[in-house]
Amino acid sequence: MAAVDTPPIVTARRDLADSHTLARYLDTGGYRGLRQALTMHPEAVAAEVDAASLLGRGGAGFPAGRKWSMLRKAPISYLVVNGDESEPATFKDHYLVERDPHQLVEGVVIAAYALQVTQAFIFLRGEFALGLERVQQAINEAYEHGALGRNIFGSGFSVDLVVHPGAGAYICGEETALLEALEGKRGFPRIKPPFFPAVTGLYGEPTVVNNVETMSNLPWIVLNGGAAFAALGGGRSTGTRMFALSGRVNRPGVYEIEMVKNTFRDLIFDDRLGGGIPGGHELRAFIPGGVSAPWFGPEHLDMVLGQDEVGAAGSMLGSGSIVVMDDTTCVVRAAWRITKFFSRESCGQCTPCREGSGWVERILYRLEHGGGRTEDVDVLLDLCDNISPGLNWPPQQTTICVLGPSIPSSITSAISRFRDDFYAHVQHGSCPHE
Amino acid sequence: MTYFRSDIRQRAEELVSLYPRRRSAMLPLLHLAQEQDGYLSDAGMAEVAELTGTTPAEVRGTAAFYDMFHLEPVGRYVVGVCTNIACLLAGGEDLLEHARRTLGCEVGHTSADGLFTLEETECLADCNIAPAVQVNHRYVHATTPEELDRLVEDLRAGRRDHDIPPHGTLIRVRRSGGLRVGAAELAEERAQARAEREAREAAASEAS
Repeated sequence: MAAVDTPPIVTARRDLADSHTLARYLDTGGYRGLRQALTMHPEAVAAEVDAASLLGRGGAGFPAGRKWSMLRKAPISYLVVNGDESEPATFKDHYLVERDPHQLVEGVVIAAYALQVTQAFIFLRGEFALGLERVQQAINEAYEHGALGRNIFGSGFSVDLVVHPGAGAYICGEETALLEALEGKRGFPRIKPPFFPAVTGLYGEPTVVNNVETMSNLPWIVLNGGAAFAALGGGRSTGTRMFALSGRVNRPGVYEIEMVKNTFRDLIFDDRLGGGIPGGHELRAFIPGGVSAPWFGPEHLDMVLGQDEVGAAGSMLGSGSIVVMDDTTCVVRAAWRITKFFSRESCGQCTPCREGSGWVERILYRLEHGGGRTEDVDVLLDLCDNISPGLNWPPQQTTICVLGPSIPSSITSAISRFRDDFYAHVQHGSCPHE
Repeated sequence: MTYFRSDIRQRAEELVSLYPRRRSAMLPLLHLAQEQDGYLSDAGMAEVAELTGTTPAEVRGTAAFYDMFHLEPVGRYVVGVCTNIACLLAGGEDLLEHARRTLGCEVGHTSADGLFTLEETECLADCNIAPAVQVNHRYVHATTPEELDRLVEDLRAGRRDHDIPPHGTLIRVRRSGGLRVGAAELAEERAQARAEREAREAAASEAS
């Protein structure tokens, strides 16, 4: 039985058609968190976020408070919000920027105040045309309302906020690539170390980069206290989280539920959530956290949705997107399509990723479309082992960013679970499902 | 005399003023250049170079990295059909094939009448209404062949002009407020505020 009764934090306005307007936002408690924050010492605001143990909602799950404390040692800084949501099957930030842009703006101003930053940017995926317009409108209204700009609500604190459109490149979700794009360059991830933009970020200055959902949690955390947030969920996975459910389910969508209190089975099968698989088909596999994550199978259905639990089982909760595959799904085709994506989106800086992604994609293509060979399965594993030696999780790093080492996940998952499907493709000469 | 129309030029200069460094306005300005011409013309990119303090080669080299920038003319409507994992499982490939027949052009090409360009896209982050389709980066929620055909009819008849502007127009809401940076001034104000707060705190701790 799914625990879905916890009041939502970031999707509280989901039933309101005009949730994106300032009038409705104010009507439903909007900007009270910011007013409260401005009465506090900036470090007290940061301390609430620390107490909340808010893990970043972008994919890596790094504690937001720790990112902030690294920055507080350095004087000058920028705050950059990562809204370049492009991990396949991830669509929660899409919801937040279109449906609750003021909540995002309020979160950004709270973070800027806590960090004492006077210049903030929201980097939004270029394909979010409506989201870009909604966020710009919200920014305009917030300036007008006195919640942005000079001397916010008479507090003496000032911050400027600019929404910056991307232009179609998955890699810009990687925070150092995002900063390059924000500097007007190609989205090439930067060489590490330094590992954190908090050390060397925008224009080489200390910069905090936080995800849209992370920011959207801040008004609630300030109003209700970090302890109240930390009381939800369990272990390191505190609060609620937005899970984006898609693929072979009856009710695909974004569901905000309390962390750790629900299992994958609840999310996929509960009538108030995913509602099960169409036509009563059987689940074959599911992706627990974006296409970079190794796949899970039916034996993982009773695992709770928690960052550490999923990590210990050899995958990741990542971007919070769950994709369901059933007995009508060709897993070879699924692995091929995911690999094709990585091949298209590789920025080309590092050899294992640039060459490796295209190589494995071509082999998967011929297995699926004709010309596959028996030895292809072993060749695929060997190539994957070259991209990330050992094929472990988390993967060994051979490249500047994590895109390359993410390539093997879907391939090795499909082979280890469904090796016979690959041989069936070879025997049939192409995809037997067609 | 600029290549950009006066209204586009004015918006471009506003955008440049929002960033601590001019080059940061590169992507927003390229979107504006695309709004004026429907694609990135040489003259448009040259003007972006002038505005960002870069060279036309740097502008082209940057633009070519990003999928949304078109260095060749495209149709009035760029139709993108997603076939990535969630949409694959919902029949995205079949819908793309149907779009190819309906629009009468191959993927990556433009229809003979110059109205439509068809693209196979990566994930559009709309996976609960799959397969996801965008026209000029507006979600259109046409998940079946019938819905797609109706959409194409509406586009041909101009019935979607109110919500789907011609290709290139991305953000129709113009920025209306803001500090326009003034970073040095702000840093000074901040330092002053901090000094005042510290003085207050020192006085308070002395009093206690």
